[in-house]
Amino acid sequence: MKMNQQKIAPYLFISPFFILFFIFGAFPDLFSLFLSFTRWNGMSKIEFVGLKNFIYLVTRDDFFWKSLTNTFFLLLIGSLLQHIIALPLAVMLDSKVLKGREFFRTAYFLPYITSTVSIAFLFGYLFDRNFGLFNYLMELAGLPGIKWFSEPSTVKPAIAILLNWRWIGWNTILYLAGLQSIPGELIESARVEGAGRYAIFFFILLPLLLPVIFFAVSLSIIFGMQLFDEALILTGGVGGNPGGVDNAGLTTLIYLYTVGFRWGKFGLGSAVSWVLFLIIISATVTFKKIIERIQH
Amino acid sequence: MVKKRSAGHTLLWKVSGTLKYLVLFGVSLIFIYPFYYVFVLATRERGNMFKVPPPFWFGHGIVDNYNSLLKNLPFWRNMLNSTGIAVLATFTTVIFCTMAGFAFAKYKFKGENFLFNFILVTLAIPQLLGIIPFFKMMVWFNWLNTWFPLFIPTMANAFGIFLMRQYLAGSVPLDLLDAARIDGIGEFKILVKVVFPLAKPAIAVLGISTFIGSWNNFFGALVILRDKRAYTIPVALSSLLGIHNIDFGAIMMGTALSLVPLLVIFLFFSKQIISNLLAGSLKGVAR
Repeated sequence: MKMNQQKIAPYLFISPFFILFFIFGAFPDLFSLFLSFTRWNGMSKIEFVGLKNFIYLVTRDDFFWKSLTNTFFLLLIGSLLQHIIALPLAVMLDSKVLKGREFFRTAYFLPYITSTVSIAFLFGYLFDRNFGLFNYLMELAGLPGIKWFSEPSTVKPAIAILLNWRWIGWNTILYLAGLQSIPGELIESARVEGAGRYAIFFFILLPLLLPVIFFAVSLSIIFGMQLFDEALILTGGVGGNPGGVDNAGLTTLIYLYTVGFRWGKFGLGSAVSWVLFLIIISATVTFKKIIERIQH
Repeated sequence: MVKKRSAGHTLLWKVSGTLKYLVLFGVSLIFIYPFYYVFVLATRERGNMFKVPPPFWFGHGIVDNYNSLLKNLPFWRNMLNSTGIAVLATFTTVIFCTMAGFAFAKYKFKGENFLFNFILVTLAIPQLLGIIPFFKMMVWFNWLNTWFPLFIPTMANAFGIFLMRQYLAGSVPLDLLDAARIDGIGEFKILVKVVFPLAKPAIAVLGISTFIGSWNNFFGALVILRDKRAYTIPVALSSLLGIHNIDFGAIMMGTALSLVPLLVIFLFFSKQIISNLLAGSLKGVAR
């Protein structure tokens, strides 16, 4: 009897995951794969159209392409480049004699805990072309004001500023944790052998940090490709022109939301979601391959 | 070990030391300032918000902004929704993930590896993939504008199970479990009486990150919640964007109030959050 209980218990304990996954994960995901080959507005009869949705997306849908290039560009300037800033900051924080380390760590982590929607509202105000803080500072510095969200070319840089603000600290703390897991003797012995600070950084710390870099950059890619909240709020919200002026802030997830929930095109929307998913997976796998090549 | 440095070297070292503090402190200010600014703007009078130079100090509009916020939104109802969903999400996630994590950490059973790898693979599937059918399902379930879709599907999630398994594998001695079994304690009771108390540090990490994630969840909530009174805070605030001539002080008041719970949690637990959360996620990396 007891033995039996011990055999059944683990299955019982893991069953909630599988039940929930099949109902709320696998079923909608596969249903969406099916829908991507159909035309459906949610109420009409589901009409099978073969590859039409995918062909339309790839060959004729300018919005879709625009959303992809926007998302990639934002991924680059909003999520990836910041790792070059975060890593040196982490090195600065990684010192036993640094005063106020607790304060710095708390401050750097603060942006991560906030609601993107709330903070995007504030940044919207900071970016106001007439009264915002950013243009005020630009004027103080003798520079001309920027139109930010009224001008297509500055929409993405503005969104990227918010993304950098939100994630640099998170990445810094992540790298800091990575640095602290590197044994101090390693660095000490290199120093004794006469290695300079930069040599230590590039030839000892950086290679040892590769797994953490992989982890942090992968997270950036995965979340960056699904950018939604910041771009949507800053470009006028749900009711506005998707992605703001000239759709300059239209990310692929905003496009998916627009197609599916504003235009009610469930088939096309599902096709968008599958294409986006495949792009995320291949980007992550490619990045993994690159890191593995560097490691060998 | 202090190495001898020439005078020139020492100076350079000192300058770069000061520079380091300047950089670190400057960046901290950039991170903290927006929080301060939200609270400043929440107190500014209506006609006193958009001007040059922009306001840097608190004003006297706090009551007006608050009233205006309540006129535009059932704000406390939205707060209740956000809180209720986040609390339910936190409790259920902790319970189900600890349960599953325990099973993978401390039992040998057929298909264990396959099932665990299966769970890990699902980590790669984003919510957006099935969002359209998920919405349709919620219509069929009659779950639109309810709390259920916003915590039930993620109660037992891959990240949480992984985190708990990693932690429990190293912190619950098998002897202890066997001793409990010899005393005739059932498996479920062992989970409640032995495992949960031992798992506290990992539970704290999972609980806090679940709470923050739920409180800030926007995309899923936007799809599911269509009625003003059902909105959570992020959806409620975003709905104000569509209104013409909306009082910006009201938006900032709502924003400020929505930040308070998170700031309170964070200031109390920041040390545990940062060190445990990172230890937890990096443990996964090291493998």
